[in-house]
Amino acid sequence: MLDKPAGFPKPSSLKVAEGTEGAQAAYPYYMQFSPEDDERFWFYNSMHFPEPMHTFDMVTAEAAYCALGSSNTRVHCLPTTLGIDYRVINGRVYIGGNAVTDPDEIERRTKEFEQRAFYYYEHWERLYDQWKDKMKKLIADAQELPKPTLPEFEPLENVHAGKGVASNHELLKTYQKTLEGYFRMWHHHFEFLLLGYGAYMVFFDFCKKAFPEITDQTIARMVAGFEAEIFKPDEEVKRLARKAVELGVEGKFADGVSADDLIASLEQMGAPGKEWLDQLEKSRNPWFNVNVGDGFYHYHRSWNDDLSLPFSALPGYIAKIKAGENIERPMDQLKEERQELIDGYRDLLGTDEERAAYDQMIELACRVFPYVEGHKFYCEHWYTNLFFNKIREYGALFVENGLMDDAEDVFHLSRYEVEQAIIDVMTSWSNGSPTRGGARFKAMIAERKAAIEKWAELDTPPALGPVPDIIDDPAIVMLWGITRENLDIWMKGPADADSNEIRGFAASSGVVEGTARVIKSVKEIDRLKEGDILVCQVTNPTWAPVFQKIAAAVSDIGGSMSHAAIVAREYGLPAVVGTGQATSRIEDGQRVRVDGARGVVTLL
Amino acid sequence: MTNENISWFSDIGLEDRPTVGGKGGSLGELTKAGIAVPPGFVVRTEGFERFIQKLDKEEPLRAPVEALDPDDYDTVGKVTAAIRERIEKEPLPAEVETEIKAAYAELCEGDAKAPVAVRSSATTEDAEDASFAGLQDTYLWVLGAEETLQMVRRCWASLYSVESVCYRRRQDFPESGVAMGVVVQRMVDARTAGVMFTRSPLTGDRSVITIEGAWGLGSAVVSGEVTPDRWVVGKLTGEITTREISKKHIRQSPKADGGIEDVALPEEEQTAASLSDDELQKLRDIARKTEKHYGRPQDIEWAVDRDGSIFLLQSRPETVWSAKDDAPVAKPETDPKKHVMSIFGGRR
Repeated sequence: MLDKPAGFPKPSSLKVAEGTEGAQAAYPYYMQFSPEDDERFWFYNSMHFPEPMHTFDMVTAEAAYCALGSSNTRVHCLPTTLGIDYRVINGRVYIGGNAVTDPDEIERRTKEFEQRAFYYYEHWERLYDQWKDKMKKLIADAQELPKPTLPEFEPLENVHAGKGVASNHELLKTYQKTLEGYFRMWHHHFEFLLLGYGAYMVFFDFCKKAFPEITDQTIARMVAGFEAEIFKPDEEVKRLARKAVELGVEGKFADGVSADDLIASLEQMGAPGKEWLDQLEKSRNPWFNVNVGDGFYHYHRSWNDDLSLPFSALPGYIAKIKAGENIERPMDQLKEERQELIDGYRDLLGTDEERAAYDQMIELACRVFPYVEGHKFYCEHWYTNLFFNKIREYGALFVENGLMDDAEDVFHLSRYEVEQAIIDVMTSWSNGSPTRGGARFKAMIAERKAAIEKWAELDTPPALGPVPDIIDDPAIVMLWGITRENLDIWMKGPADADSNEIRGFAASSGVVEGTARVIKSVKEIDRLKEGDILVCQVTNPTWAPVFQKIAAAVSDIGGSMSHAAIVAREYGLPAVVGTGQATSRIEDGQRVRVDGARGVVTLL
Repeated sequence: MTNENISWFSDIGLEDRPTVGGKGGSLGELTKAGIAVPPGFVVRTEGFERFIQKLDKEEPLRAPVEALDPDDYDTVGKVTAAIRERIEKEPLPAEVETEIKAAYAELCEGDAKAPVAVRSSATTEDAEDASFAGLQDTYLWVLGAEETLQMVRRCWASLYSVESVCYRRRQDFPESGVAMGVVVQRMVDARTAGVMFTRSPLTGDRSVITIEGAWGLGSAVVSGEVTPDRWVVGKLTGEITTREISKKHIRQSPKADGGIEDVALPEEEQTAASLSDDELQKLRDIARKTEKHYGRPQDIEWAVDRDGSIFLLQSRPETVWSAKDDAPVAKPETDPKKHVMSIFGGRR
């Protein structure tokens, strides 16, 4: 329970759940709370890490905070903040800012910042193009990493070529390259991020001051692009639907046919079926590399790993095409609407001076926005999928070598323990003896599985430690939306559970009543019927194709700037995101009303 | 027939305010701008002037008022009561009476008992001042030509209330300059009515329209007898960002024999939204059009009739926020990049 009203509990008062001490100890020492942490303010990063972390998945936090901090502290030298510290307890990630408060130091850092960040703003387009090239290279490098396997004998050509290094060494090299690539990717992720959000926030703050009642989503609509990467996966599904009709193979697509059966039946169709499957391959690489979450957990699988999601959307699109309906996004209309908004709000300003400032700010916001919208596809989706799938290949290798029973179990090991397991396998191959870690790892994995289950049931305080008087850390305000006002609301404790209202971010306006379909995983996507209200944990662009069916969307996680919110707005569907509790409080089949402009879901 | 004393809405505009008053001028202006306003006419100040001059000739009226001492309440009370009685009872100049009756007949297309609203329409800026209380008289659901004439007289008589006269005497306002227009307008049998503001009364935000409405005639909302439903609609986006559906215990409705009454509502109607989303969007269109026509934020009264047609009853410039002299939200920078320092440079 929260320590109301004095503030939040101290970190030291949070105890590791009984029986999970071993699992907690598996996180590296630098992530553990220590007594001096009681003096600082921490908050639970439920936005990025809403579920207890598997031991291996903590690598995402390590790599991300390392890169975010470097960018803030050393690369762009943000004047008022350094990096983000993080701690883990009971599988939950708590983070705390490092504010710079000494005016002389702020002054010194401001001078550095202006030479660095301003250069980026000035050369944004060129640097962003360069960024995309770097990311594509990084992705290509990751794709080239070999699958970790061990031949019985070293291939003869290696011997004749005088290679001199045996195949087991490749296991270690590939793993280290895999990790190195992931850490490197996160640096690129943060190369522009704070600067991009900052420039957007300037415009956002201006709008909120000039138009105190403007909605977040309206501001987002004014700067959002239309050709961003996040729209591509859905565009590809539409393209495949058109292709199916064009090739006359659309008869094979029906609700309830599995992706495997469909592919098998198309293979037997001869040329047209083959042609469609070729087109599918084109779509899959790269656009089906979107994953069904934020990419921070290994179990956020991609469309490529599970075709059921894009395939479930095909019959609907095909039916619409056959009925002569236009399924294309009305680009000209969207552009026109955006221009009307920009001009309309400009006209409402009181003075020419304000209009001049508005023009400067929106110009900057629109320039940085392609990165804000686009980076996630390359980083959190494409690269992250490659990374976790590579680790999965090691899992399969460990199963083969008797270290675990299921390839997925590899994610219960820390990245250091994975390296130990690799050495075990390498040694076993070298010596011709069995691996030695099977019993040890299997027991460890069982213990950690139990711990994750236990942690998932625990209440997680939203924050810990003394509340600062002001929150002036631009990173924390921008990335997590943490403000002093929010903390005051949190301190009052969870909302009345008896209320029939659930509140979240107003993501896309409109009011709709309907049947709630609580979808906990992609596997359940088929349960959505025309006109249902989707209730899920995370909304995500990868869910875009289901938006053609549903009447509204509600999620536990996400902000009004989340990609899903943008997609919902494009589809003109009401959406409420970041409710924190929709999937736990709404029952499957329940009637609900979604008010997307107010951010309220009413249980009827 | 030439009209010396009345003018139809379609023939007048804001520039006619000296002779038709503010309300009349505004209704004429809106009619000309193509905004649906219930049809009507204004009894111009000439009608009032003719009547007062006739009365003055019969027995001096203006001179005794001008001679009053505003601190001598007893005398003011007696003199003004007598004048009000004369205004309400003495015969009107024949041409004034004939013109109003003929205009009523034309307005009501021969229906001898068609309901109209009779509203005073002040000609001076001071009239907006609360001290001129009484000038804002409105009589709703007036049935028939005779009744209409009576209410026109009552509006005129309100110029001679104790408060109005004392105010004029304190300001040393010449009685010869006292004038008033009176609006006579078809009544809308409102299913729902209310007010709207083309900028937020709470924050002054010009990008939203705040709409308040309740069942029945708008008088219940204007007078505060019913807590209206409240919506906030994005002026440009049409987004409905606030919906507060209140419990509306009564509705004001016309009485069969004229005037209005409170009618209790069944439970389910009390808590039902008094406007549909479609109607909110139509009101938004009207609000935008009206604001655009005047070039400044407006405070608007409206009604939806039983067929769902929407009428604008009145529009006035918004005064509260317009009077505030806001500092600019931001100024342009020589180097636009400098704006980011508001985020990165330490804000508070």
